[in-house]
Amino acid sequence: MTAADATAQALGLRVGMPVTKAQALVPGLVIEPADPKADAESLERLALWVLQRIAPIAAVDPPDGIVIDSTGADHLHRGEAAMLDALIGRLTLSGVSARAAIADTWGAAHALARYGADPVLIAMPGDSSDMLAPLPLEALRLSPAIPAGLRDLGFARIGDLIGQPRAPLTRRFGPELCRRLDQALGTSAEPVEPLRPKDMIEARRSFAEPIAAAETIARYIGKLVATLCEALETRGLGARRLDLLCHRVDNCVETVRIGLARPVRDPQRLTRLFCDKIETIDPGLGIEVMTLAATLAEPMTERQAASSLIEAPEPDLSGLIDTLANRVGARAIYRFAPVASDVPERSARRIPALAEVTGAGWPDHWPRPSRLLPRPEPIETMALLPDHPPNWISWRGVRRRVCRADGPERIFGEWWKRDAELVAVRDYFRIEDDAGERFWIFRTGDGEDGATGSHRWFLHGVFG
Amino acid sequence: MHERAISPAIAALRARIAQLEGDGARAREVLPFGVPSLDRKLPGGGLALGCLHEVAGGGNGAVDGAAAACFVAGIAARTQGKVLWCVAQQDLFAPGLEQAGLPPDRVIHVEAGDDKSTLACMEEGLRHGGLGAVVADIARLPMTASRRLHLAAKESGTIGLALRRWRRQAEASDFGQPTAAMTRWRISALPSRPLPVPGVGRARWLVELIRARAGESLDIELEACDGSGHLGLPADMADRPATAEGRRHNAAG
Repeated sequence: MTAADATAQALGLRVGMPVTKAQALVPGLVIEPADPKADAESLERLALWVLQRIAPIAAVDPPDGIVIDSTGADHLHRGEAAMLDALIGRLTLSGVSARAAIADTWGAAHALARYGADPVLIAMPGDSSDMLAPLPLEALRLSPAIPAGLRDLGFARIGDLIGQPRAPLTRRFGPELCRRLDQALGTSAEPVEPLRPKDMIEARRSFAEPIAAAETIARYIGKLVATLCEALETRGLGARRLDLLCHRVDNCVETVRIGLARPVRDPQRLTRLFCDKIETIDPGLGIEVMTLAATLAEPMTERQAASSLIEAPEPDLSGLIDTLANRVGARAIYRFAPVASDVPERSARRIPALAEVTGAGWPDHWPRPSRLLPRPEPIETMALLPDHPPNWISWRGVRRRVCRADGPERIFGEWWKRDAELVAVRDYFRIEDDAGERFWIFRTGDGEDGATGSHRWFLHGVFG
Repeated sequence: MHERAISPAIAALRARIAQLEGDGARAREVLPFGVPSLDRKLPGGGLALGCLHEVAGGGNGAVDGAAAACFVAGIAARTQGKVLWCVAQQDLFAPGLEQAGLPPDRVIHVEAGDDKSTLACMEEGLRHGGLGAVVADIARLPMTASRRLHLAAKESGTIGLALRRWRRQAEASDFGQPTAAMTRWRISALPSRPLPVPGVGRARWLVELIRARAGESLDIELEACDGSGHLGLPADMADRPATAEGRRHNAAG
């Protein structure tokens, strides 16, 4: 047996068991013949998906892993933890169960993802050696004979090997052991060679002398973009995601990724987007090779311009959206669209800025505040139950007398979302204090039955 | 003011000042409020397009910026095209903006995270030229930044609206610092229109035009934006301006 899923393992099946034994343990067991070639192909497809969606440098780590160089990619996903969450979440949705770890080196991440206790693990910079120490020797990516030999000598964990004299180990087991150990601990470099599928459009330029000045980098970006756009044009494609890889003299790779809302192959626009990001490239001692790849390319759809004499052409905002998205992140630019929900915080959802015009709005029979607090703030009140507005409220230490009020507007919990909301009630009031300031407050509960809410008061929004 | 403008010496001086300001011969388009007493005081008869304008809330509004947001939404609603609204942290409620005249399909929100990025996004939006209006919630607006924004607005003809909003009331004194904005407004909430029955009527604001380049300042009491972004003149004031103040107090008490 070469692989067993979680259900199979719960039945007591283990990798390495003979098939006959497994069949004896579980009658009616379904056995699929192993197909390493198809596995490798599907792993490569998955790696390509990761390359397009997550980070500019991703590669296959055979037989069962994908390695990602997340430097310079995590901020696109708002941090490392958020990136791993999104990655694992999307893999789970498509039926792939995965474990992930972020560490200083490829070797350490490999070991922690496979032998760490948590399915999602982030090692702080510099912590890798401490976290590696309790792991078994197999975690070091060694050929199978070496861990067995080491165990004969009394080494059980990676921690036992750290700090041992290297010469006798190398003489006995060959150079592989110390190389793998150094790679895991970060004392020797191990660059990730990014996956490049056959049909990916790429432009590459190497320099006789390493370049470092911002102006020089900008000039060569312009040349690379022009070459790439020509290649895109011959295939009738436009770029949706572009990666610029700058290979430095000291064997580090600096990456810049830009995303576009619509397929684009306008050299000027693309050059400008890259030049905005030049300050994020650290040239170190100099850049010797620059590669520009269209990681995600889509067919360009030509759109008809307004031809009528009176019809004014709709201004094209996609250039602006791209510039802003590459500055603050694509998720920070959006439009709101209505959701059929009475609960205020659920009544709007965010849609992409360039999504089709929905034409829908919210029902406007009740006034709504222009500012909604991120979460309702508790206030002190004095109010007659069950359905009177408060006489006064005290919010953020200021007591206000309520002069006028409208309400209650009763909002029921959405029982189809959560059981806890089955009987939940909020009574909203719109109040005005003696200075003329208008607030949106609510009481949880209907004022009579304690099961409907705690009867505490909250301030939820401010009217203009 | 109009009578004085007719005098040839004044007209010549105005032309000279306009030339010094670098506006050239291009006549500036304006966006009238539709409230005659307000439009009359503004140079050109309305809010100049292709300029930067500053709006802040009065009192608590300096912190929550709710009335100012409605006022700005009303101005943006009356322009043509999409509106870019940049904030550091999102707390706008889209149904509320829709009731001030700005439907959700017209507004592109940008959540920039901090003041510096907000200013950069606003400038980018102003330079683009395809937008109807660009709004940004900003706390600090230094002279240099405001001049950049103003120039960007002037180049493209898009109206820029800086909604000044501070974390604490004490920081609102920053509003006294000079900026390159064309006009500066302060919107404070007033008790709403009295109704014959218990309830909250249409909101009223004290609209103060604190500063206007080549114009005069004023304060006026107006009714909040309706569903199309238009301000209203309170009925009691429209009928009897002289006694409006007294009536309001009677009604409120």
